[in-house]
Amino acid sequence: MDSTFIIEKSVVILVVFAVTMIMAMYSTWAERKVAAYLQDRVGPNRAGWGGLLQPLADGMKLFSKEEFIPNTPNKFLFVVGPAIAMSTALMTSAVIPWGDKLHLFGRDILLQATDINIGLLYFFGVVSVGVYGIMIGGWASNSKFSLMGAVRAASQMVSYEIAMGLSMIALLMMTGSLSLREISMQQAEMNWNVFYQPLSFLIFLICAFAETNRTPFDLAECETELVGGYHTEYSSMKMGFYLFAEYANMFISATIISVLFFGGYNYPGMQWMVENAGVNPANVLGMVVLFAKICFFIFFYMWVRWTIPRFRYDQLMHLGWKILIPLSIINIMITGVVMLRGEIAAYLGF
Amino acid sequence: MSIETISLSGRKKVVSNKEMTFLERLYLVAIFKGLVITIKHFFRRKKTIHYPEQVRVRSDVYRGQHQLKRDEQGRENCTACGLCALSCPAEAITMKAEERKANEKHLYREEKYASIYEINMLRCIFCGLCEEACPKDAIYLTTSKVLVPSSYEREDFIFGKDKLVMPLDVAMKNAQLKNAN
Repeated sequence: MDSTFIIEKSVVILVVFAVTMIMAMYSTWAERKVAAYLQDRVGPNRAGWGGLLQPLADGMKLFSKEEFIPNTPNKFLFVVGPAIAMSTALMTSAVIPWGDKLHLFGRDILLQATDINIGLLYFFGVVSVGVYGIMIGGWASNSKFSLMGAVRAASQMVSYEIAMGLSMIALLMMTGSLSLREISMQQAEMNWNVFYQPLSFLIFLICAFAETNRTPFDLAECETELVGGYHTEYSSMKMGFYLFAEYANMFISATIISVLFFGGYNYPGMQWMVENAGVNPANVLGMVVLFAKICFFIFFYMWVRWTIPRFRYDQLMHLGWKILIPLSIINIMITGVVMLRGEIAAYLGF
Repeated sequence: MSIETISLSGRKKVVSNKEMTFLERLYLVAIFKGLVITIKHFFRRKKTIHYPEQVRVRSDVYRGQHQLKRDEQGRENCTACGLCALSCPAEAITMKAEERKANEKHLYREEKYASIYEINMLRCIFCGLCEEACPKDAIYLTTSKVLVPSSYEREDFIFGKDKLVMPLDVAMKNAQLKNAN
């Protein structure tokens, strides 16, 4: 491990961190803007051009607010909650391939913090730890509303993780790899997984909504019933961390959807670009394409949020356990049959 | 046609409780339809009026901030008779009368004038009864076309003559316009 390697990785990690933060920041702006436009309003437009400085103003407001800690028996957990939520939200971006590679200073730089061969598993692991941030925070708040929100969040995330994992298995049977880089590379030239696994995509998308606690599955924080859900008792930047973590999660899950199903950084003609325009321009374009896909899915999240009303709790559980899980198992079986059709035909004697 | 089936508005829809088909129960079609509706609104022109920069056109009878009038020669109409204060249901108006000096003839139209004239804008309900009561055409709510501006202090909402009396140049301009016509 030479020092240039460490520098290279540090720069990549720093850039990924910064980009995640900026995306989360501007998602809050975009959320308000999209909500406004979908409701025939104009949204924030006072701070900066088109309200572009609004996230900074919000951040400053949150920083300067009084930091209130309720009379709870466990102040330590109260502080730890948002920290866990935030750090898990930021950890997931480590395994995502933002592009193939750049050729700079005479060496190939992989546009990825780390290419571990269990990338997808790592993603699932970190996401399921993320629920602890909500649970601990909600429990330590010592409030009925927070506890209710936390319980809902926990049960919702646990049940939807199963369907999410099962929908992934059908995809993994096809790709044969858990490395996100490899999965991206297999989807070169419009060979997108969504065309092979539409059902898996649909299940994954629905579960991603539930995992990120977004409408129509935002039962963990639903304002109309639980005041603010698990972050009712939070104020100042601790509250900001929870909101920030939610938007960071949204960004990451939009990225995962783009990488797993929509070809990641691939775009039609990428090979041609590499041969004719060089490695760097082709991959910069690849990154831009990936970001366009991510932005579309972030927009989709917001679009759905302002279209569909919230599910009732029993409907949520019904959908998760009785529909999505059986459906993903059927999907696995269909995928298996299609993959082994040669052997099956031979066995049956065709 | 029986009376139950008539729809005067033409928009009557009979609610049906029929079993949903499989496609309907999937909800995905309905969700897609909903998404189409919302995205249409996304691209629709916004009707928002950006208030401090754009002001909505107010109607002719809109009652906003009061204005104490001047006549064609720029003299104040008000004679401090107190009828506006008497008619005010919110007790918002107070005034103090003063006798006009010989050298003040160009300032006040009649021998008596209001040296202090105050309206408490927090009490005022903008009913316009003062305007109706005024025998001298001195107070109007409909001409200023402005809302009472917001403030942090209660004292700021007691408007004296400095804020209420119509500016002199406006009065002169009005007089010119009147003569031109």
